[in-house]
Amino acid sequence: MANPGGGTVCNGKLHNHKKQSNGLQSRNCTKNGIVKEAQQNGRTHFYDKLIVESFEEAPLHVMVFTYMGYGIGTLFGYLRDFMRNWGIEKCNAAVERKEQRDFVPLYQDFENFYTRNLYMRIRDNWNRPICSAPGALFDVMERVSDDYNWTFRFTGRVIKDVINMGSYNFLGLAAKYDESMRTIKDVLEVYGTGVASTRHEMGTLDKHKELEDLVAKFLNVEAAMVFGMGFATNSMNIPALVGKGCLILSDELNHTSLVLGARLSGATIRIFKHNNTQSLEKLLRDAVIYGQPRTRRAWKKILILVEGVYSMEGSIVHLPQIIALKKKYKAYLYIDEAHSIGAVGPTGRGVTEFFGLDPHEVDVLMGTFTKSFGAAGGYIAGRKDLVDYLRVHSHSAVYASSMSPPIAEQIIRSLKHLMGMDGTTQGLQRVRQLAKNTRYFRQRLQEMGFIIYGNENSPVVPLLLYMPGKVAAFARHMLEKKIGVVVVGFPATPLAEARARFCVSAAHTREMLDTVLEALDEMGDLLQLKYSRHKKSARPELYDETSFELED
Amino acid sequence: MATATEQWVLVEMVQALYEAPAYHLILEGILILWIIRLLFSKTYKLQERSDLTVKEKEELIEEWQPEPLVPPVPKDHPALNYNIVSGPPSHKIVVNGKECINFASFNFLGLLDNPRVKAAALASLKKYGVGTCGPRGFYGTFDVHLDLEDRLAKFMKTEEAIIYSYGFATIASAIPAYSKRGDIVFVDRAACFAIQKGLQASRSDIKLFKHNDMADLERLLKEQEIEDQKNPRKARVTRRFIVVEGLYMNTGTICPLPELVKLKYKYKARIFLEESLSFGVLGEHGGGVTEHYGINIDDIDLISANMENALASIGGFCCGRSFVIDHQRLSGQGYCFSASLPPLLAAAAIEALNIMEENPGIFAVLKEKCRQIHKALQGISGLKVVGESLSPAFHLQLEESTGSREQDVRLLQEIVDQCMNRSIALTQARYLEKEEKCLPPPRFFIKCFHFS
Repeated sequence: MANPGGGTVCNGKLHNHKKQSNGLQSRNCTKNGIVKEAQQNGRTHFYDKLIVESFEEAPLHVMVFTYMGYGIGTLFGYLRDFMRNWGIEKCNAAVERKEQRDFVPLYQDFENFYTRNLYMRIRDNWNRPICSAPGALFDVMERVSDDYNWTFRFTGRVIKDVINMGSYNFLGLAAKYDESMRTIKDVLEVYGTGVASTRHEMGTLDKHKELEDLVAKFLNVEAAMVFGMGFATNSMNIPALVGKGCLILSDELNHTSLVLGARLSGATIRIFKHNNTQSLEKLLRDAVIYGQPRTRRAWKKILILVEGVYSMEGSIVHLPQIIALKKKYKAYLYIDEAHSIGAVGPTGRGVTEFFGLDPHEVDVLMGTFTKSFGAAGGYIAGRKDLVDYLRVHSHSAVYASSMSPPIAEQIIRSLKHLMGMDGTTQGLQRVRQLAKNTRYFRQRLQEMGFIIYGNENSPVVPLLLYMPGKVAAFARHMLEKKIGVVVVGFPATPLAEARARFCVSAAHTREMLDTVLEALDEMGDLLQLKYSRHKKSARPELYDETSFELED
Repeated sequence: MATATEQWVLVEMVQALYEAPAYHLILEGILILWIIRLLFSKTYKLQERSDLTVKEKEELIEEWQPEPLVPPVPKDHPALNYNIVSGPPSHKIVVNGKECINFASFNFLGLLDNPRVKAAALASLKKYGVGTCGPRGFYGTFDVHLDLEDRLAKFMKTEEAIIYSYGFATIASAIPAYSKRGDIVFVDRAACFAIQKGLQASRSDIKLFKHNDMADLERLLKEQEIEDQKNPRKARVTRRFIVVEGLYMNTGTICPLPELVKLKYKYKARIFLEESLSFGVLGEHGGGVTEHYGINIDDIDLISANMENALASIGGFCCGRSFVIDHQRLSGQGYCFSASLPPLLAAAAIEALNIMEENPGIFAVLKEKCRQIHKALQGISGLKVVGESLSPAFHLQLEESTGSREQDVRLLQEIVDQCMNRSIALTQARYLEKEEKCLPPPRFFIKCFHFS
């Protein structure tokens, strides 16, 4: 049988940006051996750094069983629906009002088929309420269901000190109050919680100005503007930048907020394969040469939408190549660094720093403060004329309220911490600790034999589970062992690729990671999750090295 | 023996060929030739890709010049010279270093400055920190969120409530969760921008009716009914919605809800009510426009409001029957794909609700103050008041426009500056001129508030 997992070693070497590199996108591509980092006087040549990404395909029998699992679930779903329709089984779902029975039904039956019959069975694995700060350890409220997950009841007990592998707490800045958060308390007491006004009216506080200046300094760009919600930053600013007659080239796996923003703008949207530079180049060439579809007029602008780190795949965008393409075809680049700001790069400044590129080469740098900074909200940064334009024309500035003052203060505090402006180097240490934890976690998991997706430097680690039954069993067993994990299935991922997604944090100690890894090892054997066909050599003495050099 | 039978079959065939009528042979011959031609002809291409040579393509790529990413913005645009507020935006506000009386924040119940609210937020900050680090589905659900949802549902006397982390995103995510392509939405012309964006995201058919004109709405509904009779199969799967606001932000008027409910049952459309300005303002206990008119809350399918006006927090919520609201937990985009509300803001909202429930007298006081301010501003020459006397957020418009919108805006800005010099903080109503469907004229946006 053909081996789709492939033993093909692909040469992921990045040549300098004049030549388009190839061979990186094969889904069967994995890397054997050890990374070589070219070091000259301590300065790393990022263009020579190998990009190590893997998206291994599962063995055939796994896929067969996965589809069989969904098929059986669907059959039973039809059976239960039939029984519910005919009254043989009690229907626990909420129903329409008597007075409105003759209205057109609000939901089509088949729309909710998946929710009613497949999701409902295992929905105790999501929306788990917690009652403490989402740090490295948190407290989960215990809840049970007496009627197979239709309703939940809290027993009143709290499962304490569960290891948190699910929250986006990359730098460990989301924690219970301690004395260093004094400034937030002061701001809360002076300013209150709300703002009750839009940016254009009376909603611009001096805190916002301070924050925007600090963000611009952190990212090393000319100016920045902050918004109250990360999702809304995308959906309200992309329509302000592009409109009808423009072209948006968007990655296959972009986040919903980017897709919504692109749709609301009214521009034409074309999708290129995930992280695939050849696909993007083909679309760019066609767009520039042939223009708009029927009239053949030139496009007004072309905007490329990508993310820094993709949250479901764990892959990092191939930024040098995309910037090369962008320069050649004169397109504009919009990067959504929601998961990568603060988390990748030697000092946490995102993917531009990770690849050693100048942030001025990216036209629009967007990010959120929810993940690495332990707050809420989003920002857009770039050249001063871009930010000025957004100050005037952004939907959020005119119609939506601005960020709440204590939240702004938390971000200011985190930024100062990261930049070392509070007098300590703790911020930088957090970034380094995160990088160390990430490499360790990923290497151990791959060595154990799990299929892990994504770049070796991304702190988001998806572990493939495939079968719907295993998804539920995995999450429930891990909670019993006091480890909180996040599992994702259809429709957030493709149907057959359900996964568990771990978010490594700088607040995780080596012991916590070891506990988790042991539990995963057990789970892997119990549930038969170790599908990978590339057994790495177990050489633990290498894991503490931050750089490796091959003796040539 | 085999060859003999073969030969025999061959002879039969040749004989059949001789005996067949001529037209038959000709037809078959033509068919065979046609098939051969089709087999060897080139496939039909919709776009001739081989027209341009490689050199020409490279030239086109070299020559193409895109527009600049952003067009230049005039340096003196008011939005670039913000009013910087230092200190809390309560009834006395410090703008650009000067203390003024605040007529520009949506702080209707004066709860932004309330010490109890701040204390509750502080307690929550001490316990939970600031951010939630995840969406609701992935450990972003805190017990404060569940508490707030319960309290809001009880306050509005509905079965269930769902909270969003941003006021604008609330109605803009709620509408596309129910109304899809092919459904019909009847919406008022003066609907606010968030509703317009929600409708745009839903890709449904939009039918605008004149502001607060029930006769116009009925006409549109009747027309739709006639269309339905022509195509009953399609009508059986097309959902209909009426989207209105309780207190319109753009005109300061209240929607005629009793007539709307009658129309709802007559024409079988569902009502979505946006109560951002009327929640915590209208009604004896602040229950909004349904309480104001005394309508059964179950008659309204979905009520959506933001917590940024009366509740002095950030975020928004939707409430209604579980049948309707539960759907948003999986299909409301701003709910599923966005981080949840920071717990300190949720705790502040709960405390604000407590205050509202304990002193129902503040709503009457607010109404009285609104009436007074309306009366006081009625007599100013050159300006007219747009909005009902009940509404705490209304507009002051120029009686006669100078003819050009820009000049009007400049004139109003001068008045604003003069008022600022005399310690009164006013603001003009801001709109995105190119994006609004029905752009209102330039005017002041005045908000009353209650302070204890």
